[in-house]
Amino acid sequence: MKHTIAVLVENQYGAFNRVATMFSGKGFNIHSISIGETEVPEVSRMTIVTEGEDKIIEQVVKQLNRLIDTIKVIDLTGQTRVERELALITVFYQKGTRAEITNICEIFRGNIVDINNKTLTLEITGPPDKIDAVVNVLEPYGIKEMARSGTVALKRGEQLKHDKKETVV
Amino acid sequence: MITSKLKLSGADIFFECLKREKVEIIFGYPGGAVLKLYEKLYDVDFLKHILVRHEQGATHMAEGYAKATGKVGVVLVTSGPGATNTVTGIADAYMDSVPIVIFTGQVPTHLIGNDAFQEADIVGITRPITKHNFLVRDVNELASTIKKAFYIASTGRPGPVLVDLPKDVINSVCEFDYPEKIEMRGYKPTFLGHQNQIKKAADIIKKAKRPLLYVGGGVIMSNGYRELRLFAKENNLPVTMTLQGLGAFPMTDGQSLGMLGMHGTYWANQAVNNCDVLVSLGARFDDRVTGKVDSFAPNAYKIHVDIDPTCIDKNVIVDLPIVGDVKHVLAELAAEFEEAPDLAQWWNEINQWREECPLHYEKNDGKLRTEYIIEKLSEKTKGEAVVITDVGQHQMWVSQYYKFTNPRSHLTSGGLGTMGFSLPASIGAAFGIKDRPIISISGDGGFQMNIQELVTVAFYKLPIKIIIINNSFLGMVRQWQELFHAEKYSFTDLSESNPNFVKVGEAFGIKSFSTNTPANVDSILDEAFAYNDGPVLIEFKVVKEDMVFPIIPAGQTVKEIMTKRLDPKEMV
Ligand SMILES: Cc1ncc(C[n+]2csc(CCOP(=O)(O)OP(=O)(O)O)c2C)c(N)n1
Ligand SMILES: [Mg+2]
Repeated sequence: MKHTIAVLVENQYGAFNRVATMFSGKGFNIHSISIGETEVPEVSRMTIVTEGEDKIIEQVVKQLNRLIDTIKVIDLTGQTRVERELALITVFYQKGTRAEITNICEIFRGNIVDINNKTLTLEITGPPDKIDAVVNVLEPYGIKEMARSGTVALKRGEQLKHDKKETVV
Repeated sequence: MITSKLKLSGADIFFECLKREKVEIIFGYPGGAVLKLYEKLYDVDFLKHILVRHEQGATHMAEGYAKATGKVGVVLVTSGPGATNTVTGIADAYMDSVPIVIFTGQVPTHLIGNDAFQEADIVGITRPITKHNFLVRDVNELASTIKKAFYIASTGRPGPVLVDLPKDVINSVCEFDYPEKIEMRGYKPTFLGHQNQIKKAADIIKKAKRPLLYVGGGVIMSNGYRELRLFAKENNLPVTMTLQGLGAFPMTDGQSLGMLGMHGTYWANQAVNNCDVLVSLGARFDDRVTGKVDSFAPNAYKIHVDIDPTCIDKNVIVDLPIVGDVKHVLAELAAEFEEAPDLAQWWNEINQWREECPLHYEKNDGKLRTEYIIEKLSEKTKGEAVVITDVGQHQMWVSQYYKFTNPRSHLTSGGLGTMGFSLPASIGAAFGIKDRPIISISGDGGFQMNIQELVTVAFYKLPIKIIIINNSFLGMVRQWQELFHAEKYSFTDLSESNPNFVKVGEAFGIKSFSTNTPANVDSILDEAFAYNDGPVLIEFKVVKEDMVFPIIPAGQTVKEIMTKRLDPKEMV
């Protein structure tokens, strides 16, 4: 089963490498991994999508926790959450197909961000399965190049009492 | 002591930090990137620097020192090849959870990544084999980094920590401020063990008809051996130990079943196979212990106490995990017991297995055997020496025949199985322990892997009894070739190539003996133990083709245990 795991790590030299090394060293697989800043400058947030039996995922979470630079590990799987991914997809068009592709892009609420005499570049955001769907639809036209950002995810906010701010970490 | 807020160079800060960490000894080797440190070292008087002959030796020495004393072992080497030479020792310390801190020189920060002379990305190389590592990029971070390094290495589940020191960082100057305490939000190593889980464990053990304590190195590392002894003795519980756990409970005590696993005793393995409650204490269900995982203690309710959560449910799924410091958990557990359970029936069974298949070896053909030598050593030292073994058959025979009575007395490379461990590790132990004999035991193969450290032994006149068990073979590999690889003795016969070990010893200025007869063992050992003017070396030329029994072949169960060599006549 696929799991989405958020990892808060010290924004420090090598922290990302440590996580990646651990995954390869232990033979865990990574579907996607993304890393970026958070609301706290010293903390980075990694979102890792991985797959495995429960026993493996339990080990993944424990091994992540064991790394010294790891501040918090949250398995978001099974929690209500918002998941998004960004994809840039460059597709070939012919005379008749340009409008079709533009149309597909609209259906998926994407943007056309580049065009030349042979290709269009689409920008699509959404949950990973939506990106998969777009890719499927575009495949017959011929995808020249594609870049996917990997998933980022946050737990859906619970109602906060009054306006107490949740303090991270 | 230098007061805070003084401006100091990185090199001065380095030694000030070591002083605050109460470091007494470092094992090192100089080179370009650490010249400044060695310049300062020349005038440092609060610690001893031991010049090794190979950086791998330095790491094993630090390990030996750490394992024997419980203190952190410290290594200092130069960049590039100096650093890469430490890799095996670091991996070894990682596998066996040994607290050592390795300081490596590095090229100046502006040259990092340029393939500069003697540059190696040692932080990258050692990332998967250290508990943590650091590249210090700014002298302002030097003091706090060193503080963290010692803290991480020695707390929780211990392990090696590497600190990479670029040359310019060592040369620059900043205000010195050593933090009294360290706070790392990602690292909270102390766990006390969940109260309710401990209570539950106690209830289950009380009701058990056939309980068994399975004791690993964690009991020794946490200094929980007193708690273990009390708990086991007061409740009449049988104790079996892993290779790293030997000595946690006295092997001379009737409640000790000796070692379990591949080369463990028949009765320990039978006890595991038949127990109804297995209490794992600071052990990690290693494959050399479990054999076939599904058949390991198949009828037992399994309780697992470990400080490292990743150890739990990694190899074997347990029924009741307790994450916590094993010393503390043992004390709490013992407090739950009022009266000793009645285990007479269970002890009857265990004692039957003990009689059914005792450890044995041929004593009547006049040939010299390792088992005999180890028995003699055990007798003469009353099981109280610090014995440092290498890897191979002799290592297993020591674990079977030497009756360790104290913790921190059996030092061996268990997890990584590093040949060449014994000699340098015994040097580290000899610097840490002065009131007990230090015995290094190697095979003829492994002895040659760090043979250069004989200089270190000789130069510092360390009172180590260096024993070489010479069977003219890479014996353990030969054994597997005989049992599992069609008797193809491929590249394991050393008889044509081994050096004259006595001459080797003498070339280094070490008093050396050799014998191949059982009758001489007593007198040679007596002479060696009476000699107190530095090291002695003894080569025992033993039978060439003996095998270690019992053996449970890898991945199998106690049912497949082999207790003796099949007689060719029986095989037809
Ligand atoms: C560095 C290293 N290389 C290879 C091995 C594989 N190995 C395990 S035991 C062994 C034979 C050891 O021979 P010796 O030192 O003579 O000890 P004996 O088994 O004969 O007692 C070998 C080669 C190892 N454990 N470590
Ligand atoms: Mg040998």
